[in-house]
Amino acid sequence: MNEIPGDLKFMKSHEWARVEDNGSVTVGISDHAQGLLGDLVYVELPSVGDEVQAGNACAVVESVKAASDVYSPVSGKVTAVNSALADKPETINEDAYGEGWIFVVKPTNLAEEQEELLDPDAYAELIESEEH
Amino acid sequence: MTQQTILNATHRALGAKMVDFGGWDMPLNYGSQIEEHHAVRKHAGMFDVSHMTVVDLHGDRAREFLRRLLANNVDKLKVSGKALYSAMLNEQGGVIDDLIVYFLREDFFRVVVNASTREKDLAWIQKQAKAFGVNVTERGDLSMIAVQGPEARAKVQAILTDATREKAAKIGKFVAVEGDGLFIARTGYTGEDGYEIIVPSSHAVELWKRLAVAGVKPAGLGARDTLRLEAGMNLYGQDMDESITPWEAGLAWTVSLDAGRDFIGRAALEKQQTAGVKREMVGLVMDEKGVLRHGQRVATPKGDGEILSGTFSPTLGKSVAFARVPTGAEQAQVDIRGKLVSVRIVKYPFVRDGKPRDGM
Repeated sequence: MNEIPGDLKFMKSHEWARVEDNGSVTVGISDHAQGLLGDLVYVELPSVGDEVQAGNACAVVESVKAASDVYSPVSGKVTAVNSALADKPETINEDAYGEGWIFVVKPTNLAEEQEELLDPDAYAELIESEEH
Repeated sequence: MTQQTILNATHRALGAKMVDFGGWDMPLNYGSQIEEHHAVRKHAGMFDVSHMTVVDLHGDRAREFLRRLLANNVDKLKVSGKALYSAMLNEQGGVIDDLIVYFLREDFFRVVVNASTREKDLAWIQKQAKAFGVNVTERGDLSMIAVQGPEARAKVQAILTDATREKAAKIGKFVAVEGDGLFIARTGYTGEDGYEIIVPSSHAVELWKRLAVAGVKPAGLGARDTLRLEAGMNLYGQDMDESITPWEAGLAWTVSLDAGRDFIGRAALEKQQTAGVKREMVGLVMDEKGVLRHGQRVATPKGDGEILSGTFSPTLGKSVAFARVPTGAEQAQVDIRGKLVSVRIVKYPFVRDGKPRDGM
């Protein structure tokens, strides 16, 4: 299992968010989540320009086993999507916190919504408690 | 209480992701189910299928009993060791389970039934066996390892003694031999050649380890499911159950309506056949991205149907499914999260001899 990078924040539903230097928020699913899903075979991406709300489903990841909604950790406008996942969805299995990013949001209410997210320690505790 | 096979600790030591399957704690995968799938299609993989139920039937009237119990005709089994796939039906023609029956001696047949249906199967078989004086014995002392793939037979043969190897190398498909304390059957649930080996549980871990040394890759239930679906094989509980007849489950080829044999469910099957079978099982291939899933609605010009087993096919690189649809439907769309996606209705299997069939 990968170490969780310290600059990430998490939703209880296993999405991660990273605030970039330019204020944008990159979103993906956690290494723990990809492990639960198993081999990913399809990612349904949002469109650039979509308005997303924090807590709303805006992407879908499908493994051989199951389909799972991906919720946006923050509200705002989608400014980039990881189109490379269309041909290589397994990138999420291989590098959930890096090359496996899913979309980028320019947030409109970051300060407030960020408070709702878990830091890496709290997230590690959450997945620990789910396993027992 | 979750049950464990004798290989449980072996799976865990290999880092398997374990899941509950019909009350059994079983390996879903050992890392990547897609890699395990390809290993079976291209080389050789092994599955712990010890959760399946082995039942021995002893009695002078064993064959007569099975003529009554099974929709397929055991009289096709003339040589000791020969196996037959059959459905076991209720009086309404619904499928209680599907199974494999082996003919060993006139007074000794062996059947292998599913794990998830164990209790009802045993109760049903025992109830029907009484009138024939047949003794029904569950073989809880046995484990089972399926070794499958184009290299599977050679790899198994390499670990057998000379005498057993010679016997095992000779058998045709759907035939079993015994040797080295093993019951070796050339059967499987992947569409590949190989053996299913029944072994005393006390020797199962050793057999697994010797197969691993011989180069057979462990594979989990995840790969088993995608392999059997590509190969066009039904899964009980998903593709059929007690409310579904063999006509509606693509199992007509396993029903033997031979003259004068009164098997359980026959009257109901003949009645349905005369009235016309309204639903049939078909294969679906989706060329668009996404994955077909159990329970999704299938819209056709003749009415709605539903997806039974649906998955991503690693061999085809796209999604395939079994669906039950109104008989004669030629076009279909599947409702995926509220969006209707066109799919092609095809004749399965989707994969044969390790390769996609033409037109898939």
